[in-house]
Amino acid sequence: MTERVATTPGLYPLPDWAKRTLSDLKGHQKGDLLSGDEGSEITETYDEVRGELIDHQLDAGLDRVVEGQGRWDDMIAHPLTIHDNVETGGIVRYYDNNNFYRDPRVVGELTHSGDVAADLEAATDVLAGDAPLQAVLPGPYSLADLASDEYYGDEGEFLAAVAEFLAAEVEAFPAHETLFLLEPSLIENPPETDTEERATEAIRTVAEATDAEVVVHTYWGALDEKLYAHLVDEAGADALGLDLVAGDRDATVYNVQEYGSTDSLALGLVDGQNTLVEEPGTIAERVEWFEAQVPVESFETTYLTANTELFHLPSNKATEKLAALAAATEVID
Amino acid sequence: MARNPEKNREQFRPNDHPNDSFLLTTVVGSYPKPKWLNRADELVDDPESKFDEAHLGEAHDDACRIITDEHERAGLDTVVDGEMRRNEMVEFFAERIPGYDFNGPVKVWGHNYFDKPSVVEEVTYDEPWLVDEFEFTSNVASRPVKVPITGPYTLGFWAFNEAYPSTEELVYDLADLVNEEVEKLVEAGARYIQIDEPALATTPEDHAIVGEALERIVSGIPEEIRIGLHVCYGDYSRIYPEINDYPIDEFDVELCNGDYEQVPVFEDPEFEPDLALGVTDAHTAEVESVEEIKENILQGLRIVPPEKLTVSPDCGLKLLPREVAYGKTKNMVTAAREVEAAIDAGEIDLDDPLAGY
Repeated sequence: MTERVATTPGLYPLPDWAKRTLSDLKGHQKGDLLSGDEGSEITETYDEVRGELIDHQLDAGLDRVVEGQGRWDDMIAHPLTIHDNVETGGIVRYYDNNNFYRDPRVVGELTHSGDVAADLEAATDVLAGDAPLQAVLPGPYSLADLASDEYYGDEGEFLAAVAEFLAAEVEAFPAHETLFLLEPSLIENPPETDTEERATEAIRTVAEATDAEVVVHTYWGALDEKLYAHLVDEAGADALGLDLVAGDRDATVYNVQEYGSTDSLALGLVDGQNTLVEEPGTIAERVEWFEAQVPVESFETTYLTANTELFHLPSNKATEKLAALAAATEVID
Repeated sequence: MARNPEKNREQFRPNDHPNDSFLLTTVVGSYPKPKWLNRADELVDDPESKFDEAHLGEAHDDACRIITDEHERAGLDTVVDGEMRRNEMVEFFAERIPGYDFNGPVKVWGHNYFDKPSVVEEVTYDEPWLVDEFEFTSNVASRPVKVPITGPYTLGFWAFNEAYPSTEELVYDLADLVNEEVEKLVEAGARYIQIDEPALATTPEDHAIVGEALERIVSGIPEEIRIGLHVCYGDYSRIYPEINDYPIDEFDVELCNGDYEQVPVFEDPEFEPDLALGVTDAHTAEVESVEEIKENILQGLRIVPPEKLTVSPDCGLKLLPREVAYGKTKNMVTAAREVEAAIDAGEIDLDDPLAGY
């Protein structure tokens, strides 16, 4: 029987009080954003944020709890923008959104940083065993896509270096049940034909760095079918994450019908970019709609999740959506 | 197709205009708020302060007088109050349109947020949004007042849509409301309306939705009313020549910021509405010299003849230091008057306006 796991891709909106406090402490300009060596007042504020975001998830009853990524000023580009050998350039558009991040210009070797591991250690302390921890990272393909390489000089070499960097970060993580690798670029800016294996190889490098279940989560539409097939076969993922909210859902179903799937799947069922809070029954119907069409008796695990990061939402609505996701697993069972 | 700008342009020529040629000078809308007004905005939220909403209203009135006067001192042919009463371009209207609801700030980048509203039910028209603002400014101004309105495409797509099957349908409903507002403004005496659609710059493939929305906005609006459309910096080749089909009198573009590299986009086919050309950069804090702005104005003559050219800053000036905003506006007007005189004197080859540069 399929295990249903309610979770999220992370990157929560800061609570409203923290938006005010942190803009007062840090400022509004490009140069005021995190470089990874923030002082004690800012660190303490983020500790408080982390505690609050984890409490919301525990209160909602999610089956996996994320650190919340409150510190990720530059969204999924964060692991690079705070790196010592990365300089931040201009403000650039974050995919097809009215959001912007600092262009990470990689100017030296991508050595181990430990930034995300430190946040996960802190989250482990807050959780104190109350729920399993889920780590969140950008997938190597998306992280390389969002960055500018001014050091490695070759696209393939750069992607491999980003993958090695992320793998080393993962090796330093505390115990975690699941690792979500966020890979929106696989849909928004997919690898050119015949370079798919380079992307899946990079993802596999990161996936192999942990014993946890690895979910390669894609969003903002359906994957190209050929790329989908490569991902199922080669990425080393326990689950692919598929967006059933934005873009062409039927194309996603077709991919699964035609090319099979990983033993587990993550389904993006709740809209991370709309304040309308889905009813648990609606979320359950979406799962059933999907499962009725795919030629699989049962999956090992189905992760019920928001399609995108949650920072696009006001804080109150993001919190309400957590409860809806958790309740949906009860409705299905 | 384009409206008939010839029918409404001359009314903005001042009686004492010094030249035969007339390059209509205007602004996009927003202007730096005086520091004290920002303080007043904060003070009214402070429960320990005696400063209340009535005091804030008085402060807004004072600021509108000052900025309208500042525009007139700069010599502009048409003026705006600098949008002193407005906070953010979507929020301001969403607060006035039943059907919108607010849940709190969302991130744009870093620690910059905006109160992105949600459309939770059908949008409707209640009280006029801008008529009081227009009447006040009109009463204190000696020059015609232009009214900027955030367009329905931006009001729709920069909100969360909880209520409509598609955001396109929401946009059309909003366009009908904008039409109602424009009618009320016209009744109150407005002659120059500018629809702002920054969201189109990021999703140019939706130009047909904006076109349909504009058809609704101008429905029943007489041709002596000048309707402009402002779209900020983007890849204009994605919306040109389609904008020639828009029912507008004037298309306002931000080209200075890109050093006029996109001028050739508009050279062929022939540009049909009047062109409102950005001739000072809204994103650099240096005041361009009169000479530099004159050269920028000549870029516009590569696209349209002088009788179809309006000059304005690239975009709203609100993020600049106030003295810089004033300097840019004043130099822009001076440059326009000098170019007009040069055209009158036959010193500019209109077939090759930049010859000699």
